[in-house]
Amino acid sequence: MASTIRVRATSNGDITEVQTLIQHPMDTGLVKDAKGELIPAHYIQELKFECNGKDVFVANWGTAVSKDPYVKFSFKGAKKGDDLKISWTDNKGGSDTTTAKIS
Amino acid sequence: MTTRTGPRATRRLILLGAASVALLGLGNLPFGAAPALAAANDKYPDEAFKQKGEADAIKALYGKTAEPSDKVKLDAPEIAENGGVVPISVTTTLDKVTSISLLVAENPSALAASYKIPDGTIPGVANRLKMAKTSNVVAIIEADGKLYSATKEVKVTVGGCGG
Repeated sequence: MASTIRVRATSNGDITEVQTLIQHPMDTGLVKDAKGELIPAHYIQELKFECNGKDVFVANWGTAVSKDPYVKFSFKGAKKGDDLKISWTDNKGGSDTTTAKIS
Repeated sequence: MTTRTGPRATRRLILLGAASVALLGLGNLPFGAAPALAAANDKYPDEAFKQKGEADAIKALYGKTAEPSDKVKLDAPEIAENGGVVPISVTTTLDKVTSISLLVAENPSALAASYKIPDGTIPGVANRLKMAKTSNVVAIIEADGKLYSATKEVKVTVGGCGG
C-alpha cells in the first residue's frame, strides 16, 4: 500500500526544511453523513519526526486540524542524505511510518 | 469494657474516615493539575483537547496563563472562504522555545494543535486548521518556562465543522 505520508525534506546549509502532507480523513465526530448519522471521530493524535535517533518535531493534534493535514517546520543539525523518520498514530489505533532522505 | 470500646472505636473510625476524605478533597486540586502538566511534555494531552474554552485548554495543557507578546508572530488570513482549510503559521524571535500551541477560540473544543519543539528545531510551524465560524485564533509559545501569546481574528464565510 502506498504510504499515507508524503514528505519533502530539503537541506539548505545547516537548516533542513520539512514539508509533510498526510492522507487522513481527520473526522471531528460532529459531522453527519448522508443518512444523518454521525461520523465517529477519527483523527491523528500524534505525529513524530525523528532524525539521527532524536525527535526533531512532535505534533499533538485534535480534531480541528484540517483533513489531509499539512505541516511545515525546519530544524538544524542534519545534512543531505540523512534519514528522516516520520510516524503518526490516530485515535483508533491506526498508524503509518515512512522514512525520507533529506535532499 | 466491650460495650465501651465498641462505640469509641467506631467513632474513631468515623473521625479517621472524615479526616482522610478531607485530605483527599484538598489533595485533589494539586493532583488534578499534575498529570495535565506532565501531558504537556510527554503524553498526548487528552484532557486539554477536550476543553471547550481557550482559557481552560491553556490551563489544562500548561497549568498557567499566557501574556501577549509582539515577539510571537501569528500569520493567518483576514478572511477564510473555507473554514475547513485555514492556513495558519507561527514564528517567533523568542529563545528557548519548547512548544507551540494553536487554539481556535470559537471551535467546539478550542485546542487545535500542540507542537513540541526540541533543541535545534526552529521555533515555527505552518499548518492548516478547521474553523467552525469567525473566531480569534490564538498562538501560544512556551519559552524558558513562560507562556507568550498572539491573537488574530479570522473571519470565516463557510464553517468547517458542520459539513
